Amino acid sequence: MRNDYPHDELLQSGHLACQGCGGTMTMRHCLKALGPDTICIIPACCWTIISGNFPYSALTVPVLHTAFETTAAAASGVRAALDMQGKPNTTVLGFAGDGGTFDIGLQSLSGAAERNEDIIYICYDNEAYMNTGIQRSSATPELAWTTTTPETRPKLGPKKNMIQILAAHKAPYCATANVAWPEDLIRKVKRAAGIRGTKFIHVLSPCPPGWKISSEMSIEIARLATHSKVFPIYEVINGEEYHINIAPKNVPVKDYLRAQGRFRHLSNEDIQHIQTRIDYEWKILLQREMTESFQKNMP
Amino acid sequence: MKKVLMGNHAASQAVKLARVKMIAAYPITPQTQIVEELSEMCGSGALDAKFLKVESEHSAMASCIAASATGVRAFTATSANGLALMHELLHWAAGARLPLVMVNVNRAMAPGWNIWCDQSDSLSQRDTGWLQFYVEDNQEVLDTVLMAYAIAEKVLLPVMVCYDAFFLSHTYEPVDIPAQQEVDKWLPEHKRDFILDTNNPKSLNALVMPDLYMEMRYKLEQAHQAAIPLVNETGASFYKAFGRRYHAVEAIHCEDAEVVLVTSSSTTSPARLVIEEMRNRGIKIGLVKIRMFRPFPVEDVCRILCGKKKAVVIDRNFSFGKGGIFADEIRGALCNETHRPLVYGYIAGLGGRDITPELVREIVEEACQTKHPPSLALWKGLIK
Ligand SMILES: Cc1ncc(C[n+]2csc(CCOP(=O)(O)OP(=O)(O)O)c2C)c(N)n1
Ligand SMILES: [Mg+2]
Repeated sequence: MRNDYPHDELLQSGHLACQGCGGTMTMRHCLKALGPDTICIIPACCWTIISGNFPYSALTVPVLHTAFETTAAAASGVRAALDMQGKPNTTVLGFAGDGGTFDIGLQSLSGAAERNEDIIYICYDNEAYMNTGIQRSSATPELAWTTTTPETRPKLGPKKNMIQILAAHKAPYCATANVAWPEDLIRKVKRAAGIRGTKFIHVLSPCPPGWKISSEMSIEIARLATHSKVFPIYEVINGEEYHINIAPKNVPVKDYLRAQGRFRHLSNEDIQHIQTRIDYEWKILLQREMTESFQKNMP
Repeated sequence: MKKVLMGNHAASQAVKLARVKMIAAYPITPQTQIVEELSEMCGSGALDAKFLKVESEHSAMASCIAASATGVRAFTATSANGLALMHELLHWAAGARLPLVMVNVNRAMAPGWNIWCDQSDSLSQRDTGWLQFYVEDNQEVLDTVLMAYAIAEKVLLPVMVCYDAFFLSHTYEPVDIPAQQEVDKWLPEHKRDFILDTNNPKSLNALVMPDLYMEMRYKLEQAHQAAIPLVNETGASFYKAFGRRYHAVEAIHCEDAEVVLVTSSSTTSPARLVIEEMRNRGIKIGLVKIRMFRPFPVEDVCRILCGKKKAVVIDRNFSFGKGGIFADEIRGALCNETHRPLVYGYIAGLGGRDITPELVREIVEEACQTKHPPSLALWKGLIK
């Protein structure tokens, strides 16, 4: 780890996460990047539990726990109040799971992004509703097992592309990140903090019990997700300018899938199908990266 | 200063006088003019507040809760479907003990679509922990919104101010608008200890286990009970400052009455006419206006109604499978009293149908002539 990795710990020991929880590492890195002048909004998700029961809190920043579907609306309300109190520099951090972002919270997130509220919204994506015991969300990958998509009827259709949705709102800053690259994540969160408007960061955050992996494999598998191009790491500026930040090592998707129990039932044809999809999506991403922004098209 | 205002603008004037700092709202008839005017006030700078034009009532309530939790006065307004959409968040606002104020213009629930007056929308939110007031005229709209902030900030509970669609919302009446300096003196800026503040980090609404949840609910109920005397005290101090007096319950000519009519909201106005006229004919009748519905003023209701022969309740609302909601609450309040009156429950005016003085008179006369009330509600004015 490089020396500029922030040493302050705003997430304390005593939290209630499982071993190897990607969502917990994501929170730790994000708070390191933002520092103590941050108010955190948490909807229903694993983090409801992880932060600790009343009257304890593992987070040393103020936390507003809010209804499952309201992260971005609540963040907007905190932002409005802080602005009226003359505290425009306090960061408002919405921190939600994939279910709270891709599904039930999408409407309020779209509203906030369209109004371009000055908030940072971080989605820690463990690719299912983990708090309630591993049910599929629209972030669940194609053909994965969950308790509502059994092996006999695995999840059909690809994962929803949230970055594209936020980019279509022309949010000033969108990015993907991966807990396996904390420096990249921290750099992005810091960059987001310096931009006014709605910033959205989508962080791949493995869940050992949900992905059926052992907890010490969490980071290694997260890294495979990016190296196999299943989860590319990139930034989108103003919804237009794409930058890929981590060059994948072209690992076959098979290596990523076969390492996880949730994909155990896949046939070789299934894996080939997923590989084809991933290659196609990667091509599109490369094309987007080559497309110049609107600004650069201006005479 | 006296001005002729529609009920909705009486509400927005009150919000301005209360120096609310954050407003989030979504349009719905017949409430929309409240937030249209507030939006204009924020635009022109007449009101120094942030106005969030959110994408739903659900988000309006969520962001008001968050702003209030951060320590500023917040406001929203809605009606019927908008209020129903907020339902989950209503529990959050009360459970988080936030002094929010919301206006709900009472409108019928769909289907079929109906924008007219009906109290079932807000009455079906009665168990969410909010204080609820039902007001009679436009002056009372303005005054109650101001008192709502004073009460909310003392007991740390959200307050819903409810008034009738069109009969008040769109009807123009002379309203005395108090001077800003007077309101500032009476309703100073409110400071709370428990807010979201990075200099004093705290966690709000965290997971609570069975060992403490019940205590939290008990405290919420204690705050409701504390609101009962506070509403009348606030009414008295408001009277001192502004010359208009309000109580949780208003009793009119009840001392010698044998039969008491019970109403709420704008239905009280035709009822006032009818009882005056009947008393002139020598009939011993009184009127009770229930202004505060939550907390329910059990003691006042029992004190006023016990010893009477009959209480005749008119409900512009309905709880399916049971009856009129005010009538039911009154029966519940009286049930252990030895000298309780017979309670007659009438349903009238649903979905905006007029409740005329003639209809009120018909109801009272029918109740007077009927020896014993039926157990089911009596629906008046149905097409035969
Ligand atoms: C309105 C509402 N519906 C359902 C729930 C139940 N619930 C709580 S957390 C959760 C899943 C959260 O999934 P996600 O956002 O992916 O976060 P994770 O649990 O995976 O961390 C659900 C369905 C709820 N709290 N509120
Ligand atoms: Mg999840």
